[in-house]
Amino acid sequence: MRRSMLFLPSNNPNMIGNGGLLGADSIIFDLEDAVSPDEKDAARELLKNALGALDFGKCERIVRINGLDTPYWEEDLRAILPLTPELIMPPKVSGDADIRRLDEKLTELETAMGIETGHTKILALLETALGVENAFAAAGASPRMMGLFLGAEDLTADLRCKRSKEGSEILYARGRVVCAARAAGIEAYDTPFTDVQDLEGLEKDATFAKGLGFSGKACISPAHVSAVNRIFSPSEEEIAYARDVFTAVDRAKRLGKGVIALRGKMIDAPIVQRARLVLEAASEIEGGELFCVNSVIRCAGP
Amino acid sequence: MRKLCDTLRRAIELSGLRDGMTISFHHHLRNGDYVLNMVLQEAARMGLRDLTVNASALFDCHEPLIGHIQSGVVTGLETDYMSSALGSAISRRALARPVLFRSHGTRPADILSGRSRIDVAFIAAPTADPMGNCSGKYGPSACGSLGYAFADAVKAQKVVLITDNLVPYPLTDASITEDYVDYVVRVDAIGDPGGIVSGTTRMPRDPIALRIADLSAQAIDASGLLRDGFSFQTGAGGASLAVADYVKRIMLCRKIHGSYALGGITDCMVDMLESGCFQAIQDVQCFDLRAVRSIRENPGHREISAAQYASPDAKSTAASSLDAVVLGAAQIDTDFNVNVHTDSNGCIIGGSGGHTDVAAEAKLTIIAAPLSRTRMSIVVDKVLTVSTPGSSIDMLVTQYGIAVNPSRPDLKIALEQADLPLSDIHELRRKAVAINGAARPYVRRSDQVVARVLGRDSKVQDVIYAVE
Amino acid sequence: MELKHGAVAGTLESSDIMVTVLPGAGGTRISLTSTVEAYYGDSIRETIRQVLRELGVENVRVEAVDHGALDCTIRARLSTAVRRACGEEHTS
Repeated sequence: MRRSMLFLPSNNPNMIGNGGLLGADSIIFDLEDAVSPDEKDAARELLKNALGALDFGKCERIVRINGLDTPYWEEDLRAILPLTPELIMPPKVSGDADIRRLDEKLTELETAMGIETGHTKILALLETALGVENAFAAAGASPRMMGLFLGAEDLTADLRCKRSKEGSEILYARGRVVCAARAAGIEAYDTPFTDVQDLEGLEKDATFAKGLGFSGKACISPAHVSAVNRIFSPSEEEIAYARDVFTAVDRAKRLGKGVIALRGKMIDAPIVQRARLVLEAASEIEGGELFCVNSVIRCAGP
Repeated sequence: MRKLCDTLRRAIELSGLRDGMTISFHHHLRNGDYVLNMVLQEAARMGLRDLTVNASALFDCHEPLIGHIQSGVVTGLETDYMSSALGSAISRRALARPVLFRSHGTRPADILSGRSRIDVAFIAAPTADPMGNCSGKYGPSACGSLGYAFADAVKAQKVVLITDNLVPYPLTDASITEDYVDYVVRVDAIGDPGGIVSGTTRMPRDPIALRIADLSAQAIDASGLLRDGFSFQTGAGGASLAVADYVKRIMLCRKIHGSYALGGITDCMVDMLESGCFQAIQDVQCFDLRAVRSIRENPGHREISAAQYASPDAKSTAASSLDAVVLGAAQIDTDFNVNVHTDSNGCIIGGSGGHTDVAAEAKLTIIAAPLSRTRMSIVVDKVLTVSTPGSSIDMLVTQYGIAVNPSRPDLKIALEQADLPLSDIHELRRKAVAINGAARPYVRRSDQVVARVLGRDSKVQDVIYAVE
Repeated sequence: MELKHGAVAGTLESSDIMVTVLPGAGGTRISLTSTVEAYYGDSIRETIRQVLRELGVENVRVEAVDHGALDCTIRARLSTAVRRACGEEHTS
């Protein structure tokens, strides 16, 4: 489950060290934009040593490598792959060719390093007009493809429009990315909300993204993690409804009924599937050791 | 009768101050105080020697004190807290006679009982009239509460007020009144307003501090104390300040009507008073301008003396009715003893202040601290200085989980039921070692005692040695 | 590895270490300033020697200013400084 994915700059020992404690489901260790060109070597070396030595608990480890059009990305992979991060995030993916190129390099390095072929999965960052248009092709370009991730900052620059808090300018891109990902049977993740102070704006933006079908959202500040986790967790009502769905299914089976109804509505396969996903998500959160639930939520009282 | 003196020198002469006597000062002007330096400079000019300075707290602004120690004007020091610039000099043997550390509660207890004699008290008064009625609520150097000066006003042989805002007699809203005051001196400025309400009290942005604060607030909630009638104190540093903010959100959301907030008062506490979380603030010290305005304007915000705050001799105190307090630590050991006097090298960096008092009195005492700071473990096998004994501490909250003192099995059950991340103090210690690496054991390099730490029973609880 | 010139890596921020390496003659010389000298000084020097051995560096002067860096950070910064001093290209 990746409700929240927190970006951390890979060249900052202090921030990396605390990465596992910030409540995010995943950490994206950034070797790209957060690191200046003359520090790429230092960041890579620091991340390599940190991943090998530090405990990130249940946090998933994602590494954003440098772009496939830069001289850094292969070196990034060579340094990082032996530490077996769960996911590699290539930036500025423009289509299936990029994914196949990365896939081949990953296979080559995995073989050379004695890592099981296909172990390393890909979360592709789409942040150009071309990338968004080619989203479906990219999503299906490799069995390593786990998800698509929309990056709105670079995208709006490419579209020559202004980035707004309301995000009407990226509505099309959001819809397209979710649709492409779902059509290919993989996950879709939303762009971060960039105003660190505006928690109300964050809530609105994340709620909207969840409504569009995104599975989670990236964060550029630890302060955003708990709200994003909450919004992308199934609500009490959703969980209760999902339980009722399965009770109704069981009852119908027992009674040998073909048609199942709940609260006056027919239960069909997609509803059952959706209920299953909700309960799976709920049990994953419940069983996890994450205690990122914030006082603010608990204020509802026991 | 005329109390008003033309010069500080005249007031010192009239007070009868002689070599070998004890003079006292108070820290309501915090790091903006001019009065201590002013008086010592004059004493030095008058050729006085061998004085003992008893100050409720000493800050970096008091660094000229070191010069007066070197020249023999000052040969004794008693205080409740000493910031690191002075602490470092003391730790490096600036003073031959060991410093005497008390807590904010034992200082007035010792003064009022006569165990600690004050010959002349010099009280910084942001506003005063010529007969000695004075207040901290008004004037260009307004600081709010004068809580730490009350015991000295009552028991010192002579009391000298120093003010930069002389008003006509009688000042009606006075804290310390004329019946205690011998002399009044007007000077240009008693302090630097920028340093008086210093910036030690900002909300942290460090996500680890916020996480610790969040867990601490949830722990208070789980303890069952957070209900109507709740009383609360928190320190002014890092995580403990953020706890107040989280507690506030819970109280507002659940419409809990608490009783009082205590201690050094910050903007956040004033917010809680004004929004109905508390019916009163009991204020021994204001930390920011909002607190100063509140104590001046809000009848529910009242000034209390240090004795009423936390004296162990008092019949009751604001501390003895306290439900929960959140405090910090430089070190905490596996017996829950807390060190707030020295850093990991044994060098003086602070002092108890009210830490030891409220920890002893409150129903729930939480230490909120990160597991380590830049590779130095906060959780250690043995603290270098026992400031507050472990028997006063109920739990430690770190970013890696909460360790409950084994003496409070009830609390452990309550936290378990609230699904809070419980750990164990030894487990946290192991975790710190695993992260930072095994450290070389601390080796004390000197047998010279530079300070004695008195416990709440006014007996020596621990000693601090010189460092190289 | 043979150092060609001096090089620096790391910062003076807390939890980081700034390492300067300079080509030396006749063995390894380490000068360390650390906020945690009393507790970790020896361990930091040992880590530095170990990393230099692993990299096959023999004649070097190391100047390190440490603000409580963890072992993995010390290793990373020293390796980076040495690689920079050897003029290694980081691209393939």
